Amino acid sequence: MFNNNKPIYIQFMDTIRELIIKEEYKTGERLKSVREYALDFKINPNTVQKALTELEKEKIIVTDSTNGRYVTKDEKIIKKMKEELVSNITKEYISNMNNLGINLEEIKKYLGGIK
Amino acid sequence: MNLLEINNVSKKYEGKYVLDNINIKIPKGKIIGLLGKNGAGKTTLFKIINDLAVPTNGEVLFKGEKIGIKSKKDIAYLPEINYLDENQKVEEVLNFFKEFYDNFNLKKAKKLIKDLNIDESITISKMSKGMQEKLRLILVMSRDASLYILDEPLGGVDSVTREYIIETILSNYKEKSSIIISTHLISDIENIFDQVIFIDKGKIVLNSSCDELRKKENKSIDEIFRGMFK
Repeated sequence: MFNNNKPIYIQFMDTIRELIIKEEYKTGERLKSVREYALDFKINPNTVQKALTELEKEKIIVTDSTNGRYVTKDEKIIKKMKEELVSNITKEYISNMNNLGINLEEIKKYLGGIK
Repeated sequence: MNLLEINNVSKKYEGKYVLDNINIKIPKGKIIGLLGKNGAGKTTLFKIINDLAVPTNGEVLFKGEKIGIKSKKDIAYLPEINYLDENQKVEEVLNFFKEFYDNFNLKKAKKLIKDLNIDESITISKMSKGMQEKLRLILVMSRDASLYILDEPLGGVDSVTREYIIETILSNYKEKSSIIISTHLISDIENIFDQVIFIDKGKIVLNSSCDELRKKENKSIDEIFRGMFK
């Protein structure tokens, strides 16, 4: 499921972010337990823990002593995360095109031609 | 305090060092891969940790004390060789484990066996090789131990059985314990390791966190291992 060449916790963080952006995880939705994720993805529970802690630092997920871990209810944070992801993918695309010697004006033409 | 400390351990067999000045510290709450080719010294090291072989030099400390009767109770060991009496029935083996190990969780073992649809009245020799491997793993993982040592748990079984074995290890892993797994089938299992130790010709050649290694090398643990020992 994961590409073994990249740190697994980063890939797991990306997976959770993606699930939130695609709204498979709704705002305020409760997350599974560390053990469940470890089993679902066949990865080390410590890796899951580390990834979730990082996402907590980014305020994308929130931990509540009574309710456990859930997706933030703050839509602004999710919107920002989505914008960041879109911006990163776009920058990567532009950089790839620049490497081919294609400048921004030309890129716009290419994009205009795509139906 | 570290759960396990291996300090300057060497083992000489017939004038040749099969383990050469091994130093390893294992904290609790980790799943560690001990990776090496056949004959690298993995099984000898496991035997020493389990007090089944005596080191020529050095010492092994478990929870700060020299290994012995006390540590044996608290370390669950899955040897590579099949130690079960093939003429026994599953229920007889369960009773044996219950008698022999104070920390054997019979209820848990019975549940895991039931989940596999194994009939407890079946004789071991009548079970397939894969089923026997699963049973051996269940017996070890059903002990409430602080350290689990699994010697080549994935060897000689098909990929479906491998998946079951990995799931069983993960679902029975407790944060207060640690697991050391030796294997040469790295790609199947590397995602469950926190840390890997490479051993070659009796020496530790690498000891690192998996994700740090992946970040540094941009390669999987399997590729790094192959690169080193090609």
